[in-house]
Amino acid sequence: MADGKERQNLTEQNPETFKKPDGMAFREHEENISTKEDISGQLGEADTWKDQLMTLIRQNKLAAFSAVVIGLIILAAIFAPVVAPYDYLAQSLTDRLQDPGAAHWLGTDELGRDVLSRIIYGARISLTIGLVPTLISMAIGTVLGLCAGFYGGKTDFIIMRLADVMLAFPSLLLAMVVMYTMGGGLINIFIALSLVNWAGTARIVRSQTLSLKEKEFVEAARSIGVKKWTIMFRHILPNCLPSLIVLFTLNIPSAILSEASLSFLGIGAQPPSASWGLMVVRGKKYLFSEPWLSIAPSVAIMIVVLAFNFLGDGLRDVLDPYLKEQ
Amino acid sequence: MSESIVLDIRNLKSHFFTAKGEVPAVDGVSIQVPAGKIIGIVGESGCGKSMTAMSVMGLLRYPGKVVGGTIALDGRDITHLSPRELSCVRGNEISMIFQEPMTSLNPVYPVGKQVLEAILLHQKVAKTEAKKQVLDIFRAVGIPEPEKRYYNYPHQLSGGLRQRVMIGMAMVCRPKVMIADEPTTALDVTIEAQILRLMKQLCSEQGTSIILITHNMGVVAEVCDYVYVMYAGKVMEQAETFELFERTSHPYTQGLLKSIPKLDEKTDRLYTIDGVVPNLLHLPKGCSFCTRCSQAEKRCFTERPGLYKVTEDHGARCFRYERGGQLDE
Amino acid sequence: MLNKVLKRIVISIPVLFGVMLAIFIMLRLVPGNPVTTMLGEHVNPAVIEKISREMGLDQPLYIQFFKYVANVLRGDFGTSYRLNRNVTGIIMESFPNTVKLSLLAAVVAWLIGIVAGIVAAIRQNRILDRLFMGGALIGVSMPVFMTALVLQYLFAFKLKWFPVSGFDSMQAMVLPAIVLGWNSAGSIARMTRSNLVEIMQNDFIRTARAKGLREHGVIIGHALKNAMLPVITMMALQLSSMLSGAVLTESVFGVPGIGRLAVNAIETRDMPLLQGTVIFTTILVILGNLVADLLYNVMDPRIREGA
Repeated sequence: MADGKERQNLTEQNPETFKKPDGMAFREHEENISTKEDISGQLGEADTWKDQLMTLIRQNKLAAFSAVVIGLIILAAIFAPVVAPYDYLAQSLTDRLQDPGAAHWLGTDELGRDVLSRIIYGARISLTIGLVPTLISMAIGTVLGLCAGFYGGKTDFIIMRLADVMLAFPSLLLAMVVMYTMGGGLINIFIALSLVNWAGTARIVRSQTLSLKEKEFVEAARSIGVKKWTIMFRHILPNCLPSLIVLFTLNIPSAILSEASLSFLGIGAQPPSASWGLMVVRGKKYLFSEPWLSIAPSVAIMIVVLAFNFLGDGLRDVLDPYLKEQ
Repeated sequence: MSESIVLDIRNLKSHFFTAKGEVPAVDGVSIQVPAGKIIGIVGESGCGKSMTAMSVMGLLRYPGKVVGGTIALDGRDITHLSPRELSCVRGNEISMIFQEPMTSLNPVYPVGKQVLEAILLHQKVAKTEAKKQVLDIFRAVGIPEPEKRYYNYPHQLSGGLRQRVMIGMAMVCRPKVMIADEPTTALDVTIEAQILRLMKQLCSEQGTSIILITHNMGVVAEVCDYVYVMYAGKVMEQAETFELFERTSHPYTQGLLKSIPKLDEKTDRLYTIDGVVPNLLHLPKGCSFCTRCSQAEKRCFTERPGLYKVTEDHGARCFRYERGGQLDE
Repeated sequence: MLNKVLKRIVISIPVLFGVMLAIFIMLRLVPGNPVTTMLGEHVNPAVIEKISREMGLDQPLYIQFFKYVANVLRGDFGTSYRLNRNVTGIIMESFPNTVKLSLLAAVVAWLIGIVAGIVAAIRQNRILDRLFMGGALIGVSMPVFMTALVLQYLFAFKLKWFPVSGFDSMQAMVLPAIVLGWNSAGSIARMTRSNLVEIMQNDFIRTARAKGLREHGVIIGHALKNAMLPVITMMALQLSSMLSGAVLTESVFGVPGIGRLAVNAIETRDMPLLQGTVIFTTILVILGNLVADLLYNVMDPRIREGA
């Protein structure tokens, strides 16, 4: 009887539409007439990364603009000796604490060093800090997350409890402890940030691996005897890439902020380094007489962090709408 | 139709504004709902039947928009009401129930409270009196142990019970018209029959007219007094239910009826209408059904047919009935 | 329900243990004898050895660890090298200040964050939404110390509305609370907005509209409670980042709180004090997570009844 009733349905040609649990009437329509997949499907084209890039630029001008800003900052950092008007270490006691002006656009610090030049050189530190430890920590997190998700059982349990422990710490305090153990300096910040920040990545990669593991293409690979590591890195990992790219873009600014904070607290970069955080804390003494000394490098940090955040947000909208707000 | 018309929809046009262009999802639909009758709107998914309902309720959201036509409730034009005025009509004079009873109730509030809210919105009554009304309507829609169910959360009720709650919510203010959008599609067949019977009973008891949106011709035959068949945003055929089944005129309706398998006939294959619903962005130049029509002639591809009279009160949008003259829309 | 609470508490125990182990190991990796570090190089080796024995440093590491854990469970975090006082006592002196700061900051963050998030969701994709969400992202991107310095310069130095530093009066607490709250407000606003926007796609929202509720009634009456459930979980996550931010805020405004204590401990190489503050704060975070989790369970009828 139930069968007969079913068959009366007029939608036999297109049962999909009715099985969809969403009841929004206009969504039903969009599925039929106006979704992007539908149109491109009819024309026989799939969304390539180029299309996605174009969508990003079209939809989110701010993200595109941020990418340009980041590009310019990277160029300035690479060509710092050419771009910077002065040597960032050149002291001049006669030019101490100059106000911003024609000779020194952002003034000079307490040792007579040009602030603008120091900020430009400082971009080298911030960008490397943003990129290198983030790459390392994400590599660690990805491998651990893949293993946890793929092997499950005890491996999963141990890795994820480890991640729980790492995530329980307030990140800055944990980095502080590592810096205490190893002493200050940029290299140690690299190590501290690489060790501290892998857990978030591991969690996300694990959850994606868990769902990808059940997909047909993985089953297929397994059934023809593909080795486990090959499945993990050739079949599962590429499917995690969109999330990882977004995560990478969003982890860069938090690493930059961590370095700046550690240096600001005096347990990160050491003088005479041109680290922005260090410049802020050294300028803080003169906050009420020469505010630009601390505000200028702060603004530099904010611009870089903001640019990466905008870009990351835009990328997430395009690449991975399911990676939620954290 | 000589009875008094409660809801009069004339030449309604609702479009979607998408990146690919303007999509005419509802394209000049006219529907008259007489008092105390059940009107069916039938068609495949995407034909614009739900869109019509949402337009009437003023529930169309961006990127959809009503761009033309009038909707009159008891002679009063409700097409251009302010949000405040519209909210007084919605749930009070016209109400609506939806396809998905599982997701149509708010998961974090007890169901009784959700029905109560509808009463307090539209009637100036004390809370205790309103609660009594909720329990009464729960009893009327056949919810067992209404006092207990009142405090239940949606996830604690079965799909059939939830749909009863929805119907209760829709009927509690004694609306003039209730729109039911595929109310039984998500339910078991046995529950479906119960819910339909309930709606029919409430309709006759309270004098509420019902617009029943469905894709199921069996449901139409069971409960509807009058039927509109929609396709690609247009009404293709309209007639009293008996007349429609007796003298099916439009090739599309014929196709729909043929695709219902008959128990007393032995066939190897089920009948289907060839082709798929056309993309509304690229409709054929002539009749929108021409690409799938087995009886299409040359002019069907170039000219748009009007709604022609088959008999008095029976119209079909097909050139084969042109000699009957335009049906008054 | 009780079962669930117990289960959740049991899960936190290994994390707590792991946290202590991690900090303990990390701090023992510091090169050199801590006693030498504490007393200086030119002290009689016999004295150093005696003190080391008194502090139990001659015992194997695992015994030291279990002793430490046992002490922590009794509320004893050891003795500070520099101040020669009980670490628990020192922490308890600073703790109220950090609590006050964080609570005030939380109020600021939630007020700004939720209101901005709701407004942005209502005006989705319009100018106000863009403005608020841009502002939220700027809030997230501003280093805490930058907000602190800018506000200090403007409101304490230029306008003289608030004292430059300290934490002894209500007035002195205003700036630190805003600084710390501002940082979290951005993420709360973004999360509130994205949750609301997502919830507004649900079928029951359409039901609420069909019932005759007006748009603000739909959002406040039906969407907000659903949207707030995940935001509660975020409260716990915010606690963690708020305590990170507190370290910086306290350092700029000279608030005598736990964050300052940790920075001082590093500067003076006071290992027991650092160990105590970090473990204490982390326990707070874990407890916060626990409470948020349980709160979520209580507030969501689907989970509450489903148990």
